[in-house]
Amino acid sequence: MFDILNRVRRNGILSEALPELEQPDAAVEKLQRQLQAVFGRALRIRHVDAGSCNGCELEIHALSNPYYNLEGSGMAFVASPRHADVLLVTGPVAVNMEDALRRTYDAMPEPKWVMAVGDCGACGGVFGESYATRGPISAVIPVDIVVNGCPPTPQVLLRGLLQITLQRQP
Amino acid sequence: MTLDLLLQEGCQLPANVPARQVPVDAAQWIANAQRLHDQGGCLLALWGADDRDRDGVFRVFAAFLLPDQLVVLEHTLAGANPVYPALDPWFPVANRLQRALYDLLGLKADGGDARPWLRHGGWPEYLFPLRREVGATQSYANHPRPYPFVPVQGDGVHEIAVGPVHAGTIEPGHFRFSVVGEKVLRLEARLGYTHKGIAKRFEKLSLQEGHRLAARICGDSTVAFSWAYCAALEAVTEIELPRRAASLRALALERERLANHLGDLGALGNDAGLAFGLMQFASLKERLVRLNQEVFQQRYLFDYVVPGGVAVDPGVRAVRALLDEAAMLELAVPALRAIYENHAGVQDRFRDAGVLSPELARAHGALGLVGRASGVAQDLRVDLPWPPYDRLRPNRALASAGDVAARVQLRFDEVMESLRLCRSLLETLPPGSSQLALPAAESGRLGIGLIEGWRGPVMIALETAADNRVRRCHAHDPSWQNWPLVEYAIIGNIVPDFPLINKSFNLAYSGADG
Ligand code: SF4
Repeated sequence: MFDILNRVRRNGILSEALPELEQPDAAVEKLQRQLQAVFGRALRIRHVDAGSCNGCELEIHALSNPYYNLEGSGMAFVASPRHADVLLVTGPVAVNMEDALRRTYDAMPEPKWVMAVGDCGACGGVFGESYATRGPISAVIPVDIVVNGCPPTPQVLLRGLLQITLQRQP
Repeated sequence: MTLDLLLQEGCQLPANVPARQVPVDAAQWIANAQRLHDQGGCLLALWGADDRDRDGVFRVFAAFLLPDQLVVLEHTLAGANPVYPALDPWFPVANRLQRALYDLLGLKADGGDARPWLRHGGWPEYLFPLRREVGATQSYANHPRPYPFVPVQGDGVHEIAVGPVHAGTIEPGHFRFSVVGEKVLRLEARLGYTHKGIAKRFEKLSLQEGHRLAARICGDSTVAFSWAYCAALEAVTEIELPRRAASLRALALERERLANHLGDLGALGNDAGLAFGLMQFASLKERLVRLNQEVFQQRYLFDYVVPGGVAVDPGVRAVRALLDEAAMLELAVPALRAIYENHAGVQDRFRDAGVLSPELARAHGALGLVGRASGVAQDLRVDLPWPPYDRLRPNRALASAGDVAARVQLRFDEVMESLRLCRSLLETLPPGSSQLALPAAESGRLGIGLIEGWRGPVMIALETAADNRVRRCHAHDPSWQNWPLVEYAIIGNIVPDFPLINKSFNLAYSGADG
């Protein structure tokens, strides 16, 4: 226990401990403040992998690390689409996932937003459309925002999440 | 024909490791598979090609990994009713490989499980997408069908169905547990949800573009797959990679191993109830990928390996930064390891959970990290070292308990060894160029790239067509071999331990689904 506490104490708040990364960190912090202003502390996110290469998932995972601290800004991933406000969808919609994707979307309560993640989600990426893929997410369910990149960085993902809500402000 | 004779008969196959290609008929296909099995060989990959446009036949290929080389059997099948002898009686992994081969190309094994594997209903039953007459961008109505899982009967047995969409941010797959109370009697996985038609897609690409698709077969193994692709292409074009480029590729491969191992060590701590571990390791991983961005201009090294070399050559300052980072990790990782090892709660969850016995691992041809945690001493960087591993001389990590604790221990050991390799690569980085222009490739040649990625051996078999195009490209991920072993490792464990056990294997969905 002492070792653990000692390590936590020594590491401190990580985003301040890396001077050479000040620039991007400041940007992240600002984004997080904006997000908090918009969502209060309420945004719940559900992710569906609709046939991604798993690269986009690496960056979605990174959102939860101490540097991006997604939960600190009030957002969290939830285990069920029934609890979610936003659906993050990755991949070029493998036909084998088409049905599951539709059903996940249908299970979400209104109002709901969908974010198509990565070049695959945007247009099918390197995989395109084929016997096994449908291409863009919007070919299968309505999409509110597209975030490009292969994979998109955590900053770009955070920016996308913010934009989604700004679009829908009354 | 004895094995020695067989190996004399075949011809050398262009590859980054010693490899032979042997044409066989149906009887020899079986006899040799049996002999290769008896000699301790394991079936690595099985794939086919539609060559009816060229010489009126289909071909089926089986790649076997022997201690000192790779052997590829090639068997020709008549175009009308292509059937080949099944390999699953000797190599259990063949079961799913045969089903996938049928779904994509319509080549039928004369035995084994006949349920579809990759085709869930997204294309018609008697349409085989890898056949040449099927258009590359043609799509079909989707009729998903229920899958006939093997039922378990008995007093109090019930089923739990999980997936394809899981509770966390992970790839999709379906797991069917048969349980009594909370104890697992049987687990059957159904995969293929992320099948993207990658093999068909390759056939639309030029040889110079293919590495970008290879890099996206499995995102967490992007360096391994793109290196395997480039190695196959470079073997076919018979160029020798500049020594500096080889060293930089190995540096990238070891950094990929580090990033994945660090991520897994954190997630495993978390699954055992120690969120502290997740935060610590996730921070270390983030620092590593940020340095990747700084030095290689890509956080996960996508498209870093390119035909003929690497995309970015780090300067002297970058080398310094990489060495400093290694020094930081050399201190941080052992400190965290000590915390894990002294934490009674964590050890209680790790030990004896999800045991894969060495006998079972050997019998099923377990590959890579999972195999090494169950006493299978196989690491291609040690056994068939290609440049620069021939001069680096990596040490093989090995454990024998085969439980979650062993797979954790192996990751810790491999992190330290990778750090040593990175250090050695950086300190002895050869001067010179890191990029070479590739000459045009001859048409109709087969080449193999075989790379020990962080999960285990990944393979690319690349066949060239005229005008520098890809004729056929088959990718293989070690998860094919290791997925069925998760089903064994979970038997007798409790359902709530599945996430931990599954994470300790951390197998690829996309990599294996193609
Ligand atoms: S966008 Fe790129 S990283 Fe994301 S799933 Fe597609 S290929 Fe993978």
